[in-house]
Amino acid sequence: MDTSVIGLTSYLTLGAILFSISVAGIFLNRKNIVVLLMCIELMLLAANINFIAFSHYLNDSAGQVFVFFILTVAAAEAAIGLAILVTLFRSRRTIDVEDLDALKG
Amino acid sequence: MTFESLNIAIALPEVFLLTMACLILVVDVYLPQEKRNLTYVLTQFSLIITLALLLSNPAETRVLAFNDLFVQDAMADALKLFIIIISFGVFVYSREYLQARNIFKGEFYVLGLFSIVGMMLMVSANNLLMLYLGLELLSLCLYALVAFNRDNGNASEAAMKYFVLGAIASGMLLYGMSILYGLSGSLNLSEIAQAVTNAEGAQNIGMIFALVFIVVALAFKLGAVPFHMWMPDVYQGSPTAVTALIATAPKLAGFAMIMRLLVEALGGLQADWQQMIIVLSVLSLAVGNIIAIAQTNLKRMLAYSTISHVGFILLGILAGTSEGYSSAMFYTISYALMSLGGFGVIMLMARQGFEADNISDLTGLNQRSPWFAFIMMILMLSMAGVPPTVGFWAKLAVLTAVVDVDLVWMAIIAVFFSIIGIFYYLRIIKVMYFDDAVDTRPLECGRDMQIALSTNGLAILALGLYPAALMTLCVSVFN
Repeated sequence: MDTSVIGLTSYLTLGAILFSISVAGIFLNRKNIVVLLMCIELMLLAANINFIAFSHYLNDSAGQVFVFFILTVAAAEAAIGLAILVTLFRSRRTIDVEDLDALKG
Repeated sequence: MTFESLNIAIALPEVFLLTMACLILVVDVYLPQEKRNLTYVLTQFSLIITLALLLSNPAETRVLAFNDLFVQDAMADALKLFIIIISFGVFVYSREYLQARNIFKGEFYVLGLFSIVGMMLMVSANNLLMLYLGLELLSLCLYALVAFNRDNGNASEAAMKYFVLGAIASGMLLYGMSILYGLSGSLNLSEIAQAVTNAEGAQNIGMIFALVFIVVALAFKLGAVPFHMWMPDVYQGSPTAVTALIATAPKLAGFAMIMRLLVEALGGLQADWQQMIIVLSVLSLAVGNIIAIAQTNLKRMLAYSTISHVGFILLGILAGTSEGYSSAMFYTISYALMSLGGFGVIMLMARQGFEADNISDLTGLNQRSPWFAFIMMILMLSMAGVPPTVGFWAKLAVLTAVVDVDLVWMAIIAVFFSIIGIFYYLRIIKVMYFDDAVDTRPLECGRDMQIALSTNGLAILALGLYPAALMTLCVSVFN
C-alpha cells in the first residue's frame, strides 16, 4: 500500500476524535457560552469530515453537496446563536453557563 | 434530467407557502405598526390557500419529485393537513396576546410561516439531506421565536438552552447520517432501506452505531427522557404564543421524521431500535407524569405532560406494526389538538402585564366564565384519557397495539403512570370549579378567539364521541 495516501480509516478516526472533543467540551465546560457555540461548530465539522471522506471513497458527489448545505446551515445557526447570546447578555449582564438558572424545577 | 422529471406540481403547497412567506416579509417592512393586522390577515390567508392546494391534489399513490428528494404519500398529506389547521389555530389564539405585549410584529408571522414550510418539508422528505434541511428550517425559526420578546430575560435564557441542546441534537443526527451514508452509499431513504436489509457482519454493526446517534437526536427533538431537559424551561420561558407553536405542530413533524428515518430507512434494524425506544418510552412515562405533579407553573406542568404523551407516542411506534404506527399517528394528532386548546386557554386568560401561567391563576374560572371552564375541563379530561374524549381513544388504540405484539408489561406500565398522571389534570379541574376566584374580573377577548377555542374544545369532545373518522384516516395511511 502506498504510504503517501491517507486511508479512509484515518479520516474517520479524525472525525471521531473531533466529535469526542466537541462532546467533551460541551459537558465539561461550565463557564462560557461562547465556548459552547464553538464546540457545536466542531461537532458539525466532524460530521463534514465523515461526509467528505465517504464521498471520496464511494466516488459519489452527493456527500460533498450535503457538506455545502451543512456549512450554510452552520453559518445560519451561528448567527442565530450569537444573536440570542446578545439578547441574553443585555438582560442578564453575564454569559456564564452557571448563571442560566432562573428556570428550573 | 429534464424539467418535467422534477415534477414540481406535487410540491405546490410548499412552493406557494414559501413564496407567500417571502412576500409577507417584504410587505411587512413597509407597514406602519397600526396596519400590522394586514400581516396577520395575509398569513392566515396563505395558510387557507395552502390548505386548499393540499386538498385539491390528494395523493392516490406514492409520488416522487425533485429527483426523488421529495415524496407525496397519504401520510404526508394527512400530517400536512393537520400541521396547517393547527398552525392556523395558533395564529388565531396568539393575536391578542401579542398585541397586549407590544410584540405584535411581522417577525412572529414570517418566522412562523417559515417553520411551517420546514415542517412540511420534513413530512415529505425522501432523502437525508431533505430531512436535515426541513428540520433545521423548523428549528432555526423556533430558536429565534423563543427569544423574540427581547426584553424578557427568561425568554432569552430559554432560547439559549433550546438553541444549545437543539444544535447538539442536530450535530448527533448529522454524525449518524454521515455514517449511514458511508455504509449504504446513498442519501435516498429507500436505497438506504435496501442497504440495511442486505447488510451483514461489520457493516451491520456500523449501522447500529449510526442508529444510536439517530435515535438520540430524535429523542432530543421530541423531548423524550433522558433528553427532555430543554422542554420545561423552553415551555415556561417563551411567550405563550410561541410555546403553543412549539408544543403542537412540530410534534407532528417529529412523528413524521421518526417514521421516515426509523421505519422507512432503518426498518431492517427494527429489533435494535425497538429496545432503545422501549427505554425512552418507559422513562418518559415515568418522569413526565411524576414530576408534573410537583409543578406550580401551568406551562411547566404542560411540558411534563407533553413528555408523558411523547412516551405514549413512542409506545405506539415501538409496536412496529402498521396498527401501532396508525395508533401513534392518531395519538400525535389528538395530542396536538389538546395541547393547542390548553395553551389557547392560557392565552385567553392572559392580559396586559399578566401571564396567567400559574395553576393558581385558574382558581374559580367557573365563576368568571363557565363556558371556558367547561372547555378547559374537556381538554384536561382528554389529556388524562377519560372517556368520552378523544384522549381516551388515543390511549386505548396505542395500548391495544402494544398488547397485540405481546408487550403486555409495557401496557401495564403505561396504564400505571397514566393513573398517576390523572391526579394533576384533576387538580386543575378542582381549582377551576371548587375554589373561589380571587380575581373576579370577567375575561375579555375577541369573538374570533372565542369561536376558535370553543371549536377546539368541542372538536376534542366530538372526536371522542365519533373517533371513527380520524381513526379511519390514520389506518388508511399505513395500508
